[in-house]
Amino acid sequence: MKAFFAAVLLGTATFVVPASAEDTVKLVDVVELSGAGATAGTNWRNGIDLAVAEINAKGGIFGKKIEIVHYDTQTNPGNTRAAVQRAIDEGTYVVLGPVFSGPIGASMQIAQKAGVPQFVGGEAASLTKQGNPYLFRSSLNQADAMPKLANWFRDELKTKSVAVVWVNNDFGKGGRDSMIPELQKRGIAVAADIATESGQADFAADAIKVKNSGADAVFVYLNEEESARFLRAAKQQGIDKPLVGETTLLGAKVIELAGDAANGVKGHVGLSVDAPIAGFKSFSDAFQAKYAYKSDHNGIKGYTSVWAIKTATEKNGSFDREALMKTMHGIRISPKDVPGILIETKWNDVGDVDRESFLAEVKDGKQVITKILPMIAP
Amino acid sequence: MDQLIQLLIAGLATGAIYALAAIGFTLVWQTSQTINFAQGEFVMLPAILALAARDLLHLPFWVALIVATAAFLALFGFGFKRFLVDPMLKHGVLPLAIATMALSILMKEGAKDGYSAQAAQFPSMVPEGVVSIVGAAVSLRDIAVFVVAVAAIVALQLFVDRTRLGRTMQATAQNPTVARILGIRVERMILLTFLINAALAALASYLISPIYLAKFSNGEFIGLSAFIAAIVGGFNQVRGALAGGFVVGLVDNLAAAYVSSGYRTAVPLALLVVFILFKPEGLLGRREERTV
Repeated sequence: MKAFFAAVLLGTATFVVPASAEDTVKLVDVVELSGAGATAGTNWRNGIDLAVAEINAKGGIFGKKIEIVHYDTQTNPGNTRAAVQRAIDEGTYVVLGPVFSGPIGASMQIAQKAGVPQFVGGEAASLTKQGNPYLFRSSLNQADAMPKLANWFRDELKTKSVAVVWVNNDFGKGGRDSMIPELQKRGIAVAADIATESGQADFAADAIKVKNSGADAVFVYLNEEESARFLRAAKQQGIDKPLVGETTLLGAKVIELAGDAANGVKGHVGLSVDAPIAGFKSFSDAFQAKYAYKSDHNGIKGYTSVWAIKTATEKNGSFDREALMKTMHGIRISPKDVPGILIETKWNDVGDVDRESFLAEVKDGKQVITKILPMIAP
Repeated sequence: MDQLIQLLIAGLATGAIYALAAIGFTLVWQTSQTINFAQGEFVMLPAILALAARDLLHLPFWVALIVATAAFLALFGFGFKRFLVDPMLKHGVLPLAIATMALSILMKEGAKDGYSAQAAQFPSMVPEGVVSIVGAAVSLRDIAVFVVAVAAIVALQLFVDRTRLGRTMQATAQNPTVARILGIRVERMILLTFLINAALAALASYLISPIYLAKFSNGEFIGLSAFIAAIVGGFNQVRGALAGGFVVGLVDNLAAAYVSSGYRTAVPLALLVVFILFKPEGLLGRREERTV
């Protein structure tokens, strides 16, 4: 009788046990799904999920389906470190995320020590200066973006003085430290240098300081929600000078949150679903169909990261983390070969990404691309 | 000079909203002798409920606003008193204070999971634009927020001081036992106090959310600012909460402009310490009640 029950249990188990780990490859996404980075993190996660669904529908990577797990860091560096460690303990092939530069800086050594490649959304210049060969960006290094924007201040806006408003975290401080020397090199004075806090709600005092600074234009370098709050405060205080930003200020979520206050905002964007690039259009349509809202640049970053991992892994012929790391350095992926990469993209020897970027303006609540800028090192 | 005028008006507008929230601390203190640590979340939630009613029930915004206000009054006016304050107060004020901390977490996480972890735009109910005051361009919205909030507080003060119902509320707060002997329906008066608190919190929520965006975490800094305002103004007086709100709003804005954004939270906290050390009854509070 015991043998009968054992046989029944064994037989049942055979049917109810899910597909074994052998049939899947695990990717853990460590991301800001709440806290100050919730907007960026949610877009990043949704972009990843979209890519995973598409790749799995086409058979996965070498026939293995991707098993994606998301851990919410609450935009907290301590939680991020714990989540990255957990991801490694669970045997993730690659760590995806986080998006905010501060939590990346606080956690990247853990993945490096474990020899696990990490694809992140951060823009802070310092991230790829630390000699971590396992770190790969999905967005332009802010140190590469700022000279383009400084040229624009000088050549297009004919600006003599700029008020700089930045968020006091790794992302904001890195942007501020990259931008101010670039402005000064071009003979543009810094009329005000205003630090704000991550998660800050009230920007009235900052907007009033900007208004009274006498600057010809304002450079705004804040995270998404703070960007929207600043734009609303700027409108409320009647600031009529050009408001210029880099990627986040012109993001879809910022435009949605700021409403009318976003109209007229100008700047440089590394990625945009509004860019006249066929790949972005098809991504945007798929994202909109799945999530019923328009992706910002973070959605594209998450999406293309997964496709880059698939491409490099298939090039290696195995799920070897060390080989993936080596292959990613210097890889160039074209949308002709891999449509999921959306735009011609390459990674250099320190993990910085290079692709075309865009100058844009917000008109009638929509981001309009005004110029395509070439790759830094085509 | 222009900058100072603009900062003062922006500070008064922010302070008026803090005052609306701070009154909640004074009302709960007067009726229950405890601190409602969920007061910040009381200001956060109505805007989230209104957006949820609009987005999930597909109601026009104004209808959603009415539905959200009614639901909030029922849940966090009546429900807060009936299902949390009444049962917990029997066990002392400390368990009640701890229960409000738990409520604050529940409200925050509920808003995050039930609606969104992301900030959302909240339509403004006051006009936008800029007007000139003594030569300085000042935000029309700041003025409107200030006027609406102060009007609500003045109306409450007049209600408490000049109407029979208001005076019975005061009597209940001062000595519920004697009030009961005099035939006042004490329970009903306490319920009214909680409903007024919920209504003021909802008003603060609708005024502040267009500026700060509606987000589940908004209660954290609003609650702290309102708490400081209540201490600075006087925990046992509605007009104290008003004065404290203005002081904190002004200090907050002036610190952000002339010290740094990083210290804008620290300066009001330093003010709190100074008041606790040197004027514990607050600007307009009554000393004898604070020493009970």
